Amino acid sequence: MKDIIIIGSGIVGSSIARELSRYSVSVTVLEKGNDVSVGTTKANSGIVHGGFDAKSGSNKAKFNIAGNAMFDKLSEELQFPFIRNGSLVLCFDENQAEALESLYEKGIGNGVEGLEIISGEKVRELEPNISEKVHSALFAKTGGIVSPYEMNIAYAENAYNNGVEFQFLKEVIEIEKNEEIFSVKCSDGSVLQSKIVINCAGVFSDEINNLVCEEKLHIIPRKGDYILLDKVHGDLCTHTLFQLPTKMGKGVLVTPTTHGNILLGPTAVDVDSKISLSTKRNELDSIYESAQNTVPSISKRMIITAFSGIRAHSIGDDFVVGESKVKAFYNLAGIESPGLTSAPALAVHIANEISTKYELNKNEKFVATREAIPHFAVMDNAKRLECIAKNPLYGNIVCRCEMITEGEIVDSIKRPLGAKDLDGIKRRTRAGMGRCQAGFCTSRVMEILSRELEISMLEVTKSGVNSEMLLGRTK
Amino acid sequence: MEFKNLVIIGGGPAGLAAAKSAYDSGERDILILERESELGGILNQCIHNGFGLHTFKEELTGPEYAQRYIDEINDRKIEYKLNTTVIDVSRDKIVTYVSSNDGLVEINAKAIIFACGCRERPRGAINIAGMRGAGVYSAGTAQKLVNIDGYMPGKEVVILGSGDIGLIMARRMTFEGAKVKAVIELMPFSAGLNRNIVQCLNDFDIPLHFSHTIVEVVGKDRVESVLVAKVDEKLNPIMETAFSIPCDTILLSVGLLPENELAKNASVELSNITGGAIVDDSMMTNVDGVFQCGNVLHVHDLVDFVSAESEVAGQCAVNYINGKARSAEKIEILTTNGVRYCVPEIILKDNEFKPLALKVRVANVFKKVKLQVLLDDNILISKNRAVVAPGEMENIALTSEQVQKLKTANKIEIKLVSEVL
Repeated sequence: MKDIIIIGSGIVGSSIARELSRYSVSVTVLEKGNDVSVGTTKANSGIVHGGFDAKSGSNKAKFNIAGNAMFDKLSEELQFPFIRNGSLVLCFDENQAEALESLYEKGIGNGVEGLEIISGEKVRELEPNISEKVHSALFAKTGGIVSPYEMNIAYAENAYNNGVEFQFLKEVIEIEKNEEIFSVKCSDGSVLQSKIVINCAGVFSDEINNLVCEEKLHIIPRKGDYILLDKVHGDLCTHTLFQLPTKMGKGVLVTPTTHGNILLGPTAVDVDSKISLSTKRNELDSIYESAQNTVPSISKRMIITAFSGIRAHSIGDDFVVGESKVKAFYNLAGIESPGLTSAPALAVHIANEISTKYELNKNEKFVATREAIPHFAVMDNAKRLECIAKNPLYGNIVCRCEMITEGEIVDSIKRPLGAKDLDGIKRRTRAGMGRCQAGFCTSRVMEILSRELEISMLEVTKSGVNSEMLLGRTK
Repeated sequence: MEFKNLVIIGGGPAGLAAAKSAYDSGERDILILERESELGGILNQCIHNGFGLHTFKEELTGPEYAQRYIDEINDRKIEYKLNTTVIDVSRDKIVTYVSSNDGLVEINAKAIIFACGCRERPRGAINIAGMRGAGVYSAGTAQKLVNIDGYMPGKEVVILGSGDIGLIMARRMTFEGAKVKAVIELMPFSAGLNRNIVQCLNDFDIPLHFSHTIVEVVGKDRVESVLVAKVDEKLNPIMETAFSIPCDTILLSVGLLPENELAKNASVELSNITGGAIVDDSMMTNVDGVFQCGNVLHVHDLVDFVSAESEVAGQCAVNYINGKARSAEKIEILTTNGVRYCVPEIILKDNEFKPLALKVRVANVFKKVKLQVLLDDNILISKNRAVVAPGEMENIALTSEQVQKLKTANKIEIKLVSEVL
């Protein structure tokens, strides 16, 4: 029996797992997928929001502001990519200046520091490629960008290193509570018991809640498509560029990523399926057209890929956070934007609440830091030479577009909670994320996976169960 | 820092031919850097025949063609390094490479030949919507998996794009027992060689849908089907015409792009049309002592023309190393009236009156035309063509006498003229 079961290993589940590992308590994370960060966390804008947009007094506003302030220290401790690049909300129409002003006021009310309204000229000084039509902008210096899956992986690895157990391919289908003990049953027939259950199941958090709670939740899967541009066009902008919402729509953002690409999107379409991540042609076209309003020089020739993600939109339009009416069953539901920004603060909040309530002792062996995979592409030549001398696999470049070495790929497989498939390697190392989109490195990475995991090439998958890359041998 | 007279980036057909010719022009201080574990480049996975008809006057497979050049390199004891990736080339010709054996090495080169080929255009670049399950491969990746590794990427295949690799893979997959359900081509004509359409599709009754495209990929974990629609004249899909083809695999053969990120770092000026460097008739780029040849310069349909072009690059690089004076005067070739590009783009006004090949691609399919080279508006060459197509490069071979005229002209123009007119 465990003290605590966390359902879901996205950014919310993983960050809570890590914060709970500061205490002397046994924690198991149950994940439906075969890896951490395979749901909403793997596909979103990767924005650390300033906090001016959230409704005053909401959980979203509170945790956004608190979470944002934690990123500098966290990204150092856990070594994930984060840049405080600042964000701009662009106003394209003089008549909209009032709306921009009220966004500013809301931000001030929420406690956002360093907010400023700047003129179109000033915007173009900061961002030379931006549209001439920009009239003014709200400048939020605290806005940032983060690599969401790397942050998620970092949290999970750190939790694991501090004693948290992770179990994969564990889809929770039943939860029973008898005399203070939860029995959590998974689709593979296994049953785990714990005193506390924390529901961090993302788009499925309503279904998990509804297994035990009388008070039902309803999560609407809201899909967003994205377009990614080649790194060679990475200098199109340096800040995250939002468009001020108008009657015509919410607009799309244009932002650099922490790895130097430019990301466009997202759309927002409520969909029926929580799993079907399918980009739509009309949505991609609309992103492209809308992004051109912000940066007119964006062209289709710059695109290297498109993808979609699903956010967990709660009909209450706010995060559902805390203990439910069922004692010791905690919900973190409806964690959509600014969920990524809020996750560190949500995690601390929940860990504090539980540790206080259950009078948990400190885990004396807790280590707050985690070492990232050394990334060859971003080292200087002296460091590279040293790295190859230490591990010659760092001299074999496998993914030429992103300059990813065999050393990094092997490390990503061998480290705690290591990669098990091509997408897992991609999220940990970036192999296959470049402009050729894995055209050259696919077969090499498959060979390395097969060798390191001691599985046949026919068992190598793209993203877990039912996604085998090969369907047989040649004649 | 190490020093070399000539560093050749890439040990495929272009690099090998350039090295051989540089050696034969008297240069001995040559180093070929190859990122794969063998010389030969992409030829190693092209196990079909049809290579070498121009160069060797016989039909060879890809590996056989490569081996002929590898033997030449070994006979001459030209130095090469395998499993070695160049990570940077600077404007002052410092080449940085890494490998497990050597670590990280910087070489100061007198001359550099880029012979590092091209890559395939990925799915994202052509904006195909839908899910992202396993089973979407570029045709070249599938070719490697089948021909080198011995695995089948799928059993029921739809191929998007009628480029040569796609056509070749349609036949190859069929030989290996897969069912190739269709080849889908956006344009009203093929980007591949006509002989490949006949030998790889028609002979196996594989349908080729012109003016169609894949509008959506269906299948969460693995491809289950594709939605295909007709396109209008502006190449926009007409969704009412969409139909579904069940399949487990999509192979993309939607174009090749010269791989020029390294060259860009070295300040090499690139052509918007070819994606390769802009070169003169010595195959030199705008950067002194930096040359290009093969598919990194512009995508060829036949390896024979790659070899010929690369031999010129090798020889001219040696001339450069030896300090042979170069004419500062040059003239740009104008391509007009249906001619998309010509490589080289620039002719030096020197006294090198040696045979020269102009490699030309047209912008569209044209029937009954003359392909003409005009000097100061006078016809130098006029070739009758029943049909010209973007998929078939026109190789205009000029004699020494013709080159002499070319180099003394004040205007060079290549154009198509309708025979009917």
